[in-house]
Amino acid sequence: MTRMTTEQALTQALHEEMRRDARVLLLGEGAATKRPGLAREFGPARVRNTPLAEAIIAGTAVGAAASGLRPVIDLLFAPFLTYAMDALINSAGKLRYLSGGQCEFPLVALAMTGSGWCVGGQHNHNLEAMFVHAPGLQVLMPSTPADSKGLLKAAIRERNPVLFFIDLGLLHQEGEVADDPEEIVPIGVAALPRQGTDVTLVGYAKTVPVCLQAAAELEPHGVSAEVIDLRSLKPLDTACVLDSVARTGRLIVVHEASGLCGIAAELGALAASRAFGALRAPVVRITGPDAPAASSWALEQAAVPQAQAVVDAALGLMAEPLRRTPVVEDAWRAQA
Amino acid sequence: MNASPTQTLLRQFQTLLLIRSCEEQLVELNRQGAPDTCSSIGQEACAVGVIDALEARDRILTNHRSAAHLIARGADPKRLFAEVLGRVDGYCGGHSGTLHIAARELGVVLTSTIVGGELSLAPGVALAQKMGQGDPGAITAVFFGDGAACEGIFHEALNLAAQWQLPLLFVCENNQWQAYVHRLETMADNAITAWAEGHGIVTESIDGNDLEAVHAAATRAVAAIRADSRPRFLELRTYRLRGHSGQDDQAYVDAEELHHWQSRDPLRRLQQRLTEAGQLDPNTLEAMTREIRSRVEEAVAFAHASPWPDVAALIHPVYA
Repeated sequence: MTRMTTEQALTQALHEEMRRDARVLLLGEGAATKRPGLAREFGPARVRNTPLAEAIIAGTAVGAAASGLRPVIDLLFAPFLTYAMDALINSAGKLRYLSGGQCEFPLVALAMTGSGWCVGGQHNHNLEAMFVHAPGLQVLMPSTPADSKGLLKAAIRERNPVLFFIDLGLLHQEGEVADDPEEIVPIGVAALPRQGTDVTLVGYAKTVPVCLQAAAELEPHGVSAEVIDLRSLKPLDTACVLDSVARTGRLIVVHEASGLCGIAAELGALAASRAFGALRAPVVRITGPDAPAASSWALEQAAVPQAQAVVDAALGLMAEPLRRTPVVEDAWRAQA
Repeated sequence: MNASPTQTLLRQFQTLLLIRSCEEQLVELNRQGAPDTCSSIGQEACAVGVIDALEARDRILTNHRSAAHLIARGADPKRLFAEVLGRVDGYCGGHSGTLHIAARELGVVLTSTIVGGELSLAPGVALAQKMGQGDPGAITAVFFGDGAACEGIFHEALNLAAQWQLPLLFVCENNQWQAYVHRLETMADNAITAWAEGHGIVTESIDGNDLEAVHAAATRAVAAIRADSRPRFLELRTYRLRGHSGQDDQAYVDAEELHHWQSRDPLRRLQQRLTEAGQLDPNTLEAMTREIRSRVEEAVAFAHASPWPDVAALIHPVYA
C-alpha cells in the first residue's frame, strides 16, 4: 500500500492501464499538458490534447470505442458534459441497442464536480443522476483514493461506456492505495466502511466521510450507525442497501446532488417497495437544494450536507419513529 | 479482372434503379401503415458514386436517410425491409427500424439519426484506423446533409479531422432541404465548401445528380486521402425529390424549383446517357426493371413473413 491523493491514484490507474493495454488512449482539454508523465511514457498518439470542444471529444471517443480502441476522455468539469451529451447518451448509450448489438463502446468519461473550490454552478453541478437515467451507461462516483484507482481501472477494462465522476472536494485527500496493478474494484458493488445495527447511512463521494463522521458522533448517544458507500450509482448495489435496512430498519440517504428524482429518491422507493416490513421509521433524504451551486464559500458549504444534519436526523428517527412533523430534507434548511 | 467502363456504368445504373425501386416501395409500405421512412429519392447518384469509389476495407457512417448508402454498399433489400418493419431478420434485429440502420458486415459501422451525430462519431472511427485498428490504409466516409452542416458539431468534426490529419472523407449531400426548411433560409448560398476550406480542408463541389462526375470526384478524393492521410470534403449538389418523410406532400416546395430538379433526375440522366451511347437498349432496360421489381417484391414478402422480435429483446442488448 502507498499513501497518495485521489488525483495521484487516478493518474496511477491511467499509467497502469495504458501499460497493460495498447488500445487505451487519453483525450482531453490539456490531457497531455496536465499529465506530462503519461504524455512522456505513451507519446502524443495516445495522450492527446484536444480543442476545447466537448461534443467532438466525446463523439470521437464513441467512434473510436466502436472501432477497437478504449478511449478515456477528460472533460474537466461536470457541467461541460452537457455539450457532450449527444455523443454519450444518444450514441454511446443507445447505438448498441439500436443496432441490435452490432457494436460496443468501451470508453470512460471523466468529470469533476462538487463543492470545495467555490467555482460556482457552471463548474460544479452534481448531475450524475441525469446519466443514471440514460440507458446503456454506467455511472461511478467513488469517495477514496483506493476506490478511485480500483474503479477507474475497472472502468477502463469494462465493455460498456462509463461516466466517472470525481469529487472536487476529495481530489487532494490522501489515503492508502493498493500497489498491485491487478487489484481492481468491481463496478456495481457498494462498500461498507462501518457496520452498525440501528440506522443505515448511505452516501457516495464526499458524503461518505460526512456519514462516517456522523456515525462516530452518534456513538456516544448509544446509536449504532452503519455506513454504505455506494461508489457505483449504475449499476446500483440494491442488495447491499436492502440487506442493511433489513437489519437496521432505518434509512438515511445523503448526497450533494439535489433531491428531486435523485439517487436518494430511488433508494427511498426501493426501501418502500422491497423493505417496507423492515422499516421502523420514515426514510430520510438529506440532499443539496434545487439551485445552482453557489460560488460564495458560505453558500456553497450551506448547500452541502454536513455531519450535524445527519446526526440530528438519525437521533430524530430513534426518538420519534412515527414522526408527525415533516423531515427537513434540504441540507441547507436542516443546517440553517 | 477489371470490368470495362461500360459494364461498370451499367452496374451502377442498375444499383440506382434498385435503390429507387426499394425507396418507392418503402413509401408504399408506409402508405399501407408501415413506419415513416426518410427517402433519398433524387439523391441516389451521390450514394452510388461515392460508395463505388470506396473499398471493402473502408468504413461508412450514415444518417436517417440511409437506404441508398446501404443498398449501394450491397445491402440485401430483404433485410433492409425487415428492419424497417421492425422484424427479427432486419440488419439490427428490428431494434433500429428505419432510422439508425447499421450493418457492420458491410462496413456501415455507425448510423445516427441525430442530425450531425454521424459527424461527431466519424473522426473517432478514422482515428482508430490511423492508430492501426482495421485494415491498413483504410479510410472512413461520412454522409450527412446541408442541415447537419448548420450544426456546431460540423465545425468541431472538420477542425479535429484537419488538425489530427484523419483519413476521413466528408460527403455533404446538399439536397437543398433541412426537414421542412429550404437551406437558403438558414445559410449563405456557398457556405458549405467555404466553411470546410476555412478549416484548411480541400473541397470539391460537384453536381450530385451526375453519377460519373460524383464517382470521378470521389475517386480523386479517396486516392488523395490514402496518399496523405488528410481529410477531404465533397459537396454534392442534389435535391430531395420527395418530402422530408413518409407521405409529406411537399406543399411547401416551390413548384418551379421541384420541376427544375425533376428534369435533372440522376436516374433518367444516366439512362439517357447510356441509351445515347448505345449501351442500353429497351430490351435490356426492361429485363433489368423486371428483375429489380421481382427482387423488391420478394423483399416485401420476406419482410412481412419475418417474425416480430421476442418481447425479451425489449431490454437486450442494452449492455455488452
